[in-house]
Formats: sequence, structure tokens, C-alpha cells
Amino acid sequence: MPIATRKRKADSTTASADATSEPQRKLTKVSKALQKDSISQEQAALPATPQTLTSDKGMDSDDDFNSVASSMDLGEEMSSSVDFGAGESDVDIDDDYQDDGAFDATAKDLAPKRKHFEVEFKVYSPQDIQSQQDTQIAEVANLLEQPSEATAILLRHTRWNKERLIEQYMDNQEQMLDKAGLGQEINQNPPRVVVKNGFTCDICCEDGPGLETFAMNCNHRFCTDCYRQYLTQKIKDEGEAARIKCPGDGCRKIIDAKSLDLLVPNELTDRYHQLLMRTYVDDKESLKWCPAPNCVYAVECGVKKRDLNKIVPTVHCECKQSFCFGCTLPDHQPCPCVLVKRWIKKCEDDSETANWISANTKECPKCNSTIEKNGGCNHMTCRKCKNEFCWMCMGLWSEHGTSWYNCNRFEERSGTDARDAQAKSRQSLERYLHYYNRYANHEQSARLDKDIFHKTERKMTLLQSTSGMSWIEVQFMEAASQALQQCRQTLKWTYAFAYYLARNNQTEIFEDNQKDLEMAVENLSEMFEKPTDQLAGLKVEMMDKTTYCMRRRVILLDDTAKNLKEETWKFNVELR
Amino acid sequence: MTTPLPKRIIKETERLQSEPVPGISAVPHDDNARYFDVNVEGPGGSCYEGGVFSLELFLPDDYPMCPPRIRFLTRIYHPNIDRLGRICLDVLKNNWSPALQIRTILLSIQALLGAPNPEDPLNEAVAKQWKENQAEAIKTAREWTEKFAQKK
Ligand SMILES: [Zn+2]
Ligand SMILES: [Zn+2]
Ligand SMILES: [Zn+2]
Ligand SMILES: [Zn+2]
Ligand SMILES: [Zn+2]
Ligand SMILES: [Zn+2]
Repeated sequence: MPIATRKRKADSTTASADATSEPQRKLTKVSKALQKDSISQEQAALPATPQTLTSDKGMDSDDDFNSVASSMDLGEEMSSSVDFGAGESDVDIDDDYQDDGAFDATAKDLAPKRKHFEVEFKVYSPQDIQSQQDTQIAEVANLLEQPSEATAILLRHTRWNKERLIEQYMDNQEQMLDKAGLGQEINQNPPRVVVKNGFTCDICCEDGPGLETFAMNCNHRFCTDCYRQYLTQKIKDEGEAARIKCPGDGCRKIIDAKSLDLLVPNELTDRYHQLLMRTYVDDKESLKWCPAPNCVYAVECGVKKRDLNKIVPTVHCECKQSFCFGCTLPDHQPCPCVLVKRWIKKCEDDSETANWISANTKECPKCNSTIEKNGGCNHMTCRKCKNEFCWMCMGLWSEHGTSWYNCNRFEERSGTDARDAQAKSRQSLERYLHYYNRYANHEQSARLDKDIFHKTERKMTLLQSTSGMSWIEVQFMEAASQALQQCRQTLKWTYAFAYYLARNNQTEIFEDNQKDLEMAVENLSEMFEKPTDQLAGLKVEMMDKTTYCMRRRVILLDDTAKNLKEETWKFNVELR
Repeated sequence: MTTPLPKRIIKETERLQSEPVPGISAVPHDDNARYFDVNVEGPGGSCYEGGVFSLELFLPDDYPMCPPRIRFLTRIYHPNIDRLGRICLDVLKNNWSPALQIRTILLSIQALLGAPNPEDPLNEAVAKQWKENQAEAIKTAREWTEKFAQKK
């Protein structure tokens, strides 16, 4: 096992570098990518599969990625310099390293390198987003010499495209103000509530003395009660904020924050500002809300819609949720968004055919006794005949480590037996089931892995008191469990990806990577099924296997992402 | 109806009686002041001329913050009115303003009869016919008007 020992050496470098860069990086990802030297060591150490060579080349040609990154910053829309420009993010990265006391000078000297599957992004709190808006409003207000309430309306009108706003404003101020629903003289007549003699409200028909009224400078005057009721309905029932018009018939004047504050109770202004924040994020292509329930953070990423066939932009929220910036589904690397959408639809359509596959029980292929799966591990041993087999393909487990055995690859049958239509459709169903089976299996296994980890964790906690192991010492279990979750998530999507992949020279490398990751995952998963009292002694081994899993995952993702970017994958469907 | 009728509805109803809009009538039910029987005459010069169309109109609790609910009871061949008599009209949806009234809405409906808009159809089949063979569509509208919309 010389490979294993050398491997461990490389692991420790990676692991320690990872550990130092991991803690509280507030906004980002980039950090992880810098262990250039440890990676080349690792490449030397790993079994020489071709992808190590290609990915080595990849590390040096990061330029193409940077070009993606810079086109993000200077996209057509010219996302303004006020908001998170490129310069600012560089500063952030430097700060990150400085905060990181453990980083030595050599690491710092290295330019931050991103892996092919990583994208640059930032996470913002609601306060960050508010101040972003405020900064932009203040800047533009100053430039246009307009009050900030009016500027806010103008910016929202142009969906926060500062350049376009300024250009159009300079071009034809009157028209711009009118289009945005502002009208002239916004500088005069600050909004106020007045009592007018002989006034009848057109909405409620009240005309009593002392009736309080309000009108914006469009002069559509109504009593404050009606105005309040109108605004309440818009905000509360209709969730409107940025584009609430004057209640006057046919009037396009937009209500501003100051008028609103004057008319509605505080609880409603809070809601109003929340909604404004929503539209701010919704209006900007580079911002998205984290999809996790109750999460208040938003993520900024420069990857544009049109880039989504070349990159799968997974981002990581402060709340630990990893999601795709393109479609906001949970992380689905390496599978591009379009294929994910297609796959999910296909699985829904074919759910009945596929359902029986993901069942929890199967028969032992040797003695036919029923076997129930209760852990994530796919290495099954029949209680009765001791037959060891693979849950996914039902093949002998002993053959899974060898180079010729392909649990993950679907073998197309030779053309002869697929001549008639029926045979063809049967084969296409078989092909689909092959990939679906594995996709569904990793999904299910991830759940089972988690269950078993929680059970084990409880036992470990008990064990702690008897064995004298401290809490910190059992953390390796947690790390292993998380790695399993992450790797199975990736594996799951490799099968959807593979389903749409047309064979070419690259696919073999992909399948090797997939197989390697799968084996690494199963090896780690298997450890969780060991009796609890043995686990303490397996700490080092488990940590090794965890690191190895994560590394195989990075290799697989980097290779698929690089080929996606370079458009070397051939798909059997249109990427549209 | 336990809640008293808002002043706004009382005033509107009074005015509908005292200054009726020519070609339009709206009479509230005795037992439900929010429910109106409406008659609208087809505008002169349109393919609905000579017809009298009856509609039902209901003022929901949040009227006038929300628009009234209106539906044709008389069958009508029109690209913006479907088989259930529902009407596709901007002022009854997004462009509703609480400053609008029953009378203004009924006038808009009458105007819609005078100017069918097949580009924003509610009734796809009728709209298609209207675009492809307008003469034929107008003929059908006339026939329907004669058949279904005569004064009783
Ligand atoms: Zn009023
Ligand atoms: Zn107005
Ligand atoms: Zn989140
Ligand atoms: Zn996606
Ligand atoms: Zn057996
Ligand atoms: Zn297998």
C-alpha cells in the first residue's frame, strides 16, 4: 500500500491548509483554492489517472476563469462601481488573509487561485443590503440634486441601473421624472397632512369639518383615512412597495417613502422597507436571496444567466446552505442548471416506473432472502448466506475495487438486439433506470448516512463518559458525516449529468472520477456501521478517509467544471 | 348585512338614480344594497347596437379599495368577454383606483362594447375569429345581439 502512505502525507498538507482558511471567512470561498503546492503533491501521489494531468494544466490556466470573473464585474449592464466593485472584493480577500494569523508569507504571496468549479461570491446581511441601497441613493441624489426619496424612486424605476438613470436624466430630465412617476417640483412642497375647508373625499364621500387630507404634488387629494387604508392594502395584501401609485384614477405618481411614513403606522413602514429590500434584490441580476427557509441573507454573484451552460455557480450562505446561484436549487454540481431542470421533470414524469427501484428492501442475488437497507453504505452482506454484494448494481462486492468493474457505467448493448422499436424503447428505459437508480440511491443513502450518524453520535456521547474521550475528539465523526453528505450530493448529480452525457474521450475520465469518488464514499460510509466501541480507535483512519473523499470530490468537480467551461462535453440533448 | 352601508355606497346609489347615465341603469336589490341589477345598451354604431345587455354587479366588503365584481348575464359575442360573462378590463384589475365609481366602470364597459380588443383576448376563439375574419365576427356579434339581447 505505498499509495496509501504517500497519500496520507499529501492529505496532511491539504488538511492543515484547509483548517486554517476555513474559520469564519465571512464572505467567501476563494480562500480554499490556494494550496497550489499541496495539490501538485497530491497529483503525484494519486493513482495516475489522466485527469490529474489535465487539472494540473488547469491550475496554471486560471486566466480563462478570471476572464469569466471580469466579465461578471464589467457586464453589459456595467454594474456600478458603488456596489461591490472588483477592487473592493480584492481588498476583502486580502483582509481575509491578514485576519488569518496562521497563514505564512509564502501562502500570502501566492495569488488567490480559484478552482474551476468555484465562483466568487459574497454574502450580505439585510443591514449590508440596506446600506448598499443607501450609499447608491446618496451618491446619485448628490449628482442629480434631487431629494433622496425621489432618487430612490428613480433608481427603482431603472432597476438600480445607475448609469442608465443618469444618462436618461441628463438627456431629458422632465421625461425621466415623469416616466418614473415623479412629476416636477419634487423639491418644493414636502409632503404634509392638511385640513381643507369644504373638502369632500372622493373615496369615502366624507366631508365633515376638520377632515385630514393628503395629496402628493399630483394634487389628487383624499382623506388620510382612505389614503392609509389604500396603502395598507397595497403593502399588506398585495405585497407592493416600490411601485405603489397614487390612488387617483389614472395617476401614475409613485408614493415615496417620506409620504408613506407620514400616513401609515410603524409596523407597516417596516413591512414596506422589507418589501423595498426584496425588490432591490429581485431587481439586480447579481443578487439573490438565500433559498433556505427563514434565512435573511442575500448572495451576490457575477455569473450571468447566459453563462449557465458553462458554469454551475454553487454559492455558500452564512447559514450553511449551499445553493446554485443560477436556479437557487440546492447545490447540484457538476450538473448544469438546464440539465437539472430536465432531469427533475423527467423523474417526475417517470416516477411510477422508477419508484420500485428506490425501495428499501431487495433480495439477495444469491439466496433470495429479503435484505433491508438501514445504513447509507451500499456494501451489503446477506445475513443468511454471507454473500457480499453491491446494493446499486447487485453485483459482487469483491469485484468493485478492481479496474474492470463498472458499477457506475451503463453498458450500451450492441446494436443487434436493439433493432426494433420495442427493444429500443426497452433499452432507453433501462438506460434511464440505470442512472435513476444510482441517483435515487445516493439521495437515499445520504439520508440513511445521516440517521446512522445521529445514532452513532448519541452512542458516542454515552461513550465519552466511559472512555474519557472529550467532545473535541469525537468531532471527526461530525466531519466525516458532513463529507458523506456533500459527496453523496455530488455523486447524485453526477448520475443525472451522466444520463445526458454523450460518449467521447472525456467521459471515460469522468466515469473513473465518479467511480473513485463512489468507492471513497462507500469506504467511509462503511465505517459508520462499525460497533461504537471500536470507533474511537478508528479515528485516524476515519479522518484519512474523510480527507480522501473530499479530495476525490474536488478532483471530479474540477474536471467536470473545466470541461464544461471549455465546452468539451458533448450532451445528447440541447443545452437550452 | 350587519355593518351599516358606507356613505360612499349610499351616495353613489343616490346619484345613479338622480342623474342616470344615458343608456345605462343600475338598481340595487331591496334586500342587498351591495347587489345591483345592471342594464347596458349597446353603443350606437357598434355591432351591439339595439341590444340591451344585463349584468350583475356586486360591491365587496372592501369596496372601493377593491373593484366591484361585474359579470354579463346576457350572452354576448365579444373577444374580451368569456362564456361565463367575465370581463377583461384593466380598470377592473390592475388599473382599479378607489376614486373610480360604479358609473365610470359601467361607462368603460359600454366603451369596451364599442371597441373590442382582440389583442388582449379573454375569449381566444372569438378573438381569433375577430383577427382572421372581422366581417364574419361582426356578423356573428350582430346575430347574437338579436338573438339574446332584446329588450323584454
Ligand atoms: Zn376618504
Ligand atoms: Zn395622483
Ligand atoms: Zn442562507
Ligand atoms: Zn442551478
Ligand atoms: Zn444471501
Ligand atoms: Zn455496484
